[in-house]
Amino acid sequence: MLKPILRPGKEESMSNLKHFTNGIIKENPTFVLVLGTCPVLAITTTGFNGFGMGMATAMVLVLSNIFISILKNYIPDKVRIAVFITIIATCVSVVELVMKAFTPDLYKALGIFIPLIVVNCLVLGRAEAFAQKKGVFASALDGLGMGIGFTISLTLISIVREILGNGSFFTIPIIPAGAHPMLLFILPPGAFLTFGLLFAVMNALKRKFKI
Amino acid sequence: MDYIKIIILAIIVNNIILSQFLGICSFLGVTGKVSTAIGMGAAVTFVISMGNAITHLIQTYILIPYHIEFLQTITFIFVVAFLVQIVEIIVKKSVPTLYQALGIYLPLITTNCATLAVALLAVQNHYNLVQSVVYAIAIGIGYTLAMVLMAGIREQMEINGYPKGMRGFPMTLVIGSLLAMAFMGFSGLVK
Repeated sequence: MLKPILRPGKEESMSNLKHFTNGIIKENPTFVLVLGTCPVLAITTTGFNGFGMGMATAMVLVLSNIFISILKNYIPDKVRIAVFITIIATCVSVVELVMKAFTPDLYKALGIFIPLIVVNCLVLGRAEAFAQKKGVFASALDGLGMGIGFTISLTLISIVREILGNGSFFTIPIIPAGAHPMLLFILPPGAFLTFGLLFAVMNALKRKFKI
Repeated sequence: MDYIKIIILAIIVNNIILSQFLGICSFLGVTGKVSTAIGMGAAVTFVISMGNAITHLIQTYILIPYHIEFLQTITFIFVVAFLVQIVEIIVKKSVPTLYQALGIYLPLITTNCATLAVALLAVQNHYNLVQSVVYAIAIGIGYTLAMVLMAGIREQMEINGYPKGMRGFPMTLVIGSLLAMAFMGFSGLVK
């Protein structure tokens, strides 16, 4: 089973690169597909949280894409959603236990949003739209690309919110002492506002450079 | 624990959408019209209140006695998926127009974070069976409230003009920000 995976032809490796970069810019899960928006708003209060959540989701995406791609020929079409959810829930449980063991602080900070990766529409969306049709290697790359795209947008939003709301950059204070940060930005309204305005900026950039 | 406290906390202070950020997909997706928002709210309320009752029983009588709490996520999502299937069949047969309007978002209640999160939160807060169901219904009411407010504002916004780049999601998010700010005024209402 591993042979065809490890030796992709030249033609295939070209398109594989495309699968990988697709998720980062052209189909960015947050700013273009608008999938999995709950963690985007909820946990982007500090740069580390945003990055950690992005990586956890990326791990689940890669794992679930691989398993679904391997099993795609054995899954009956009618019950596929239930099977996908089961596979995803298993991957999430694995990631959850790993994080609990190795990064307990991050695990505590992200709280309920780690088990909620199961219901992140992005993961199920990629299973449905990509992994159930394509090969194992391509699916893994797609999951990785989407995961990185998700991590980048989460980190971007977190950085903006942390600088404006807390006056720090990855917990390093950057504003002079005595100046008050705008607390609003790490509170719920700030999440909506930052995401909305960044979204508008992305739309403007996309129109300008015709991506 | 005081039921009124649970209800006020769930509906207003810790509003599921505007202060906990759960169920954002449907908040952005199906709030185009007030009638659709109400239908979605009712469907979600039904699913989470039934779901909380069932998941509570599973947690107390199966997962804890056999020490298999790590299977929580998987079992809970199954209960939710099962209930969504039932709601889908009921809505399709009885209110076909609503079924059409909700479209993809009806089966997607399964992957609506609110449904799974409410079940997990009720377990985390150590609610008993009645508290858990009351909590779920209150959350459902809060969800419907936020959805209807948003839909009403968006219906009005359609008439007004605003910058091109803000059209669609960005504008919806900025409106959400203002709503969240309004709901922040309620924090500290219950100590």
